[in-house]
Amino acid sequence: MKRIGRNIGLLVFVAAGALLITNLPGLGVTLGWAQEKIIKIDGSSTVYPITEAVAEEFQKAKKGTVKVTVGISGTGGGFKKFSRGETDISDASRPIVKKEMDACKQAGIEYIELPVAYDGLAVMVNPKNNWVTSMTVGDLKKIWEPAAEGKITRWNQVNPAWPDVPLKLYGPGVDSGTFDYFTEAIVGKSRASRGDFTASEDDNVLVQGIASDRGGLGFFGYAYYAENPDKLKLVAIDGGKGPVSPSMKTVMDGTYFPLSRPIFIYVNKKSAERPEVKEFVEFYLKHAPTLVKQVKYIPLPDRAYKLAEERFARKVTGTVFGGEAKIGMKIEDLLKLEEKK
Amino acid sequence: MASDKNTQEIRRRISHNKFRDHLFWVIGLFSTLIGFVVLFTLIIDLFVDGFPRLSWSFLTSYPSRFPEKAGILSAWVGTTLVMIVTAAAAVPLGIAAGIYLEEYGKKNWLTHVIEINMNNLAGIPSIIYGLLALGLFVYFLKLGESILTGGLTLGLLILPMVVISTRESIKAIPNSIREASYALGATKWQTVKDHILPYSMGGILTGMIIGLSRAIGETAPIITVGALTFVAFLPSSPMTNTFPFLSFKWLFDPFTVMPIQMFNWVSRPQKEFHLNAAAAGIILLLMTLVMNALAIYLRYKFRKRIKW
Repeated sequence: MKRIGRNIGLLVFVAAGALLITNLPGLGVTLGWAQEKIIKIDGSSTVYPITEAVAEEFQKAKKGTVKVTVGISGTGGGFKKFSRGETDISDASRPIVKKEMDACKQAGIEYIELPVAYDGLAVMVNPKNNWVTSMTVGDLKKIWEPAAEGKITRWNQVNPAWPDVPLKLYGPGVDSGTFDYFTEAIVGKSRASRGDFTASEDDNVLVQGIASDRGGLGFFGYAYYAENPDKLKLVAIDGGKGPVSPSMKTVMDGTYFPLSRPIFIYVNKKSAERPEVKEFVEFYLKHAPTLVKQVKYIPLPDRAYKLAEERFARKVTGTVFGGEAKIGMKIEDLLKLEEKK
Repeated sequence: MASDKNTQEIRRRISHNKFRDHLFWVIGLFSTLIGFVVLFTLIIDLFVDGFPRLSWSFLTSYPSRFPEKAGILSAWVGTTLVMIVTAAAAVPLGIAAGIYLEEYGKKNWLTHVIEINMNNLAGIPSIIYGLLALGLFVYFLKLGESILTGGLTLGLLILPMVVISTRESIKAIPNSIREASYALGATKWQTVKDHILPYSMGGILTGMIIGLSRAIGETAPIITVGALTFVAFLPSSPMTNTFPFLSFKWLFDPFTVMPIQMFNWVSRPQKEFHLNAAAAGIILLLMTLVMNALAIYLRYKFRKRIKW
């Protein structure tokens, strides 16, 4: 009898605990806690420095009345959260793709696509590498295509003029938009790449790897190189019209081909109806020209920001890219696409 | 003659044993030194890099894109609050479970299975706890990507450690104490409350601190449940100036913690941010030391009260 009593007591205790835990969030909502002004942003690590700068300045301007959080999940990871309605804005270093568009559609999430800056991908080698100053897209394709896996392991296999030195490859992780874009631009198919390279989301790891290995080669965002120009050797890329090194100028005028690309933010249309989100996005586009340059990215022409502002004001949803990545898009092409919308 | 040979033999053996004794002394010292030197080098390195960055404003500023302006205010507040939730979740549960298993539970196959599981749980990689917590707390219970979720996740992680240390220190209490208590007519609960718990408190506290010290440095499960990289605000205050003056709203606020802030800084291109990471490392080390010091002090206090 006593034993049963004890068990009932335990049961009541457990039930009460479970009830309390499951109802806590509901409690939070009823007390009005959830209505606080929080803007949630997640996504690409490439776009992160820009969004972080805007978030910092915005919170300062609003004197802390609006809270902004920025996470780094990669472009793909960011869109996953975005399509579940967990974030208000998604940072993306490539346009949204078909699969992600479908996921948003299914969840009833409409989005406004806004280009915020230009970025170049820099191909880097070890400073002791004295045989390479430029490479053609064909060379890079030979190195990175899936068929090269386990086969192309020495420099002289790519070009007989180069020495017999082991080729060690470094690149960003497969969840990043940078990886998606590089494979699309070089190999011709998004995400098609050999698998035997050192992948890291942390650019410092890539730099360490390339810097300590005479036969190292890797790629990452131009902004990172701009912060550390003396650690590694930059390779000029020959996209068919002679070798060009990435720089503020060559990325902007489109001669650095095909490794420059626009980067974006995607705003949830429903969130954009909240005054604090609306204000944040307007603040973003207005201050982008200065802030983008400050964090070593390449700003779009003023006209592009104007177009983006207009599009946001009119709440035009959808993407201008039709769910496919476009390669080597010049700023002019982008403007034309934007104007059509 | 024979006895002389015998003495020689004994002398030889003694010197042989002495040599071995000495040998082990050297091996032992060497092993100790390796651990010590590695730790010491790490700490020195951390201090050399990070010490110049330590200042009051480093502790009271939010993260920033300018390394010299950046601080760890949101990170250390986040870590402290998450630790409070972790301790509040894991310690009562862990102690209660430990007492039940040791004092109340019958020694049958069920407790045996629980026991084996408990020991295994302590060795599970933390990312697994992160995934479990993502499914349970974030998606199923809808607690959101909040301090509460982070704290409960780390609470799960250290629960086995608290249970195991509770059981070990209860086991160390001589049975005569229990028998004496029963002989005076005390019930089981009275025995536990007035004797078992106070006597084992030192060991329990040690287990708790070891657990919390592990939890404070965890990054993987916290990232999985959605701690964020850039958080430049504090959670809402637990005190309000309207009735009832206490608010638990902070439990549901987004947060960041020290290891994530460090990770973010380390992965940045600018060297100045790496120094910031080292400085944050020093603070994290200090936080762990303060926790340990507190545990040693409490243990000392509890030991003093034991009179047998």
